[in-house]
Amino acid sequence: MSSPPVGYLAAPDQPWNVQHYLDGKVGYVLGLLWQHLWLSVLPVVIGLIIALPIGYAAKRFKWTYTPLVTISGLLYTIPSLALFVVIPSVIGTQILDPINVVIPLTIYTIALMVRVIADGLRSVDETVLQAASAMGYSRFQRLLKVELPIAIPVIGAGLRVAVVANVGMVAVAAVIGVPQLGTLFSYGKDLFYYAPIVVGLVLSVALAFALDLLIVLAVRALTPWRKAVAAR
Amino acid sequence: MIKFESVTKRYPDGTVAVNGLDLVAPSGQITVLVGPSGCGKTTSLRMINRMIEPTSGRIWLDETDTGTVSTSKLRRGIGYVIQHAGLFPHRTIVDNVATVPLMLGVDKKTARAQAMDLLVRVGLDPAFAKRYPAQLSGGQQQRVGVARALAADPPVMLMDEPFSAVDPVVRAQLHEEFLRLQQDLGKTIVLVTHDIDEAVKLGDQIAVLRVGGTLAQLATPADLLARPADDFVAGFVGRDRGYRSLGFADAGDLPTRKEVTVRLGSDFAAAAALAEDGWVLAIGDAGEPLGWLDASHPGTGPIGPQHLHRGGTVATEGGSLRAALDAALSAPSGRGVLVREDNTLLGTVTASEVVARIEERAAAERIEAAR
Repeated sequence: MSSPPVGYLAAPDQPWNVQHYLDGKVGYVLGLLWQHLWLSVLPVVIGLIIALPIGYAAKRFKWTYTPLVTISGLLYTIPSLALFVVIPSVIGTQILDPINVVIPLTIYTIALMVRVIADGLRSVDETVLQAASAMGYSRFQRLLKVELPIAIPVIGAGLRVAVVANVGMVAVAAVIGVPQLGTLFSYGKDLFYYAPIVVGLVLSVALAFALDLLIVLAVRALTPWRKAVAAR
Repeated sequence: MIKFESVTKRYPDGTVAVNGLDLVAPSGQITVLVGPSGCGKTTSLRMINRMIEPTSGRIWLDETDTGTVSTSKLRRGIGYVIQHAGLFPHRTIVDNVATVPLMLGVDKKTARAQAMDLLVRVGLDPAFAKRYPAQLSGGQQQRVGVARALAADPPVMLMDEPFSAVDPVVRAQLHEEFLRLQQDLGKTIVLVTHDIDEAVKLGDQIAVLRVGGTLAQLATPADLLARPADDFVAGFVGRDRGYRSLGFADAGDLPTRKEVTVRLGSDFAAAAALAEDGWVLAIGDAGEPLGWLDASHPGTGPIGPQHLHRGGTVATEGGSLRAALDAALSAPSGRGVLVREDNTLLGTVTASEVVARIEERAAAERIEAAR
């Protein structure tokens, strides 16, 4: 099969038959899943990298905390649909360019993570910071080797929310035509064909669940000390 | 040696935390900074490793002006111990201790091996090495904090209320261990506390600071108790100065008397017959005094630990007059128990005998002073 079987065909005879729908389309669906995966994860990675210095600034310079956290929080209130539609004309990309999805979702990740990072860093005990400085850690070393490792559980919790929210929001990008699992929803909706919707739904829930689990496991692996704390 | 040279710390809002402080903390000794809150003792301490920068004046570390070296380099050569230990919660105990050596480029294996030795040295079971700080008690954490500060073998140690966050029993224990450790190591130590008793117990010299950050008196503990410089110092040093100063007075050879003793497990009635003034001293198998037996309430059968009066303190031969007097005053028999270094019974002494010794000593001092 050369072109994707998406198009305005007649309503199928068996709208709920998943097996029938998947016949010959497994590769295509897996392709959408792969698209969905990286469209969800990449913005979280970029967003985290951008949010780290902002969150650190909010913690380091106390007076910036409220404005930074408020402004980044406000970003979250912009409807995703509006961003998906507006971004291409603002930055001049092609309408089907995946960047149009990556940028809005990165903005949402930043919106969420600035506060999380600032709060995570603020949760590090003052005596620990003092001891680290007194032992000769520079500010940067201290951030890298003491503050961030201790903030991992808080940052990890934030990332879980961000990544799961992104998996859901990527699907909305179907309206601008960037292919991913959401494509199956609009296709199924147009044809009253429920099987692709079921497939898309199951796969995106599974994807969200898997990514969430991955973060949980990563946090657990990076913070063996928390298990020790919990055991007390 | 650490030398403060007219050091002042003035904050932007005009508050003066430390005002023209001149002070020398001699090498190999414990200098205690003590005073009420707001006297600038912690600020002074933190200016040594430049956690706080002085507004004016200089602080010398031997021949080095601390203001001329990088803070990282300066701090890696100065051990630092704080109230709640400030251990890194995400690192195991052994890795906490190895922090500074690793920063200084010591290889992991060597650093960990040294850290293990240090843990033993500060009185921790090496089995703790692989645990995390949250799994340790406050006292244990504080020990790790001391080990961590000692890890790179810095000549100087700064200690900010290091023993304040633990209960009194553990604190007394940590005091003893700390003094023993210092006897071996001979570090130049500056220790901050608000507790004058702790200052008197630990300090080779004590600097009493007053609110506003000026030095009220610098003296040895005995001198501070005997001759407070002014009303402020006298008030701060507190009551019972006369009695407490006996803690620094060597008891010398006290006129001890032999005490008739009974062993645990011997017959009660036979033991009671040996009592003098209604009390007889029970000792253990190694000859160590265990407690006084009340012969006025005789029982039957063998003497058990439950029959013993445990209120009396025990003074060690060659200890202070304060310990000897306390032993006599706390003994229900009125006879204070003295032991040798190995904890075996030496004999007993009465309060009046100790007081006679105190008076002799004071008279000798008056004659000395009059000369």
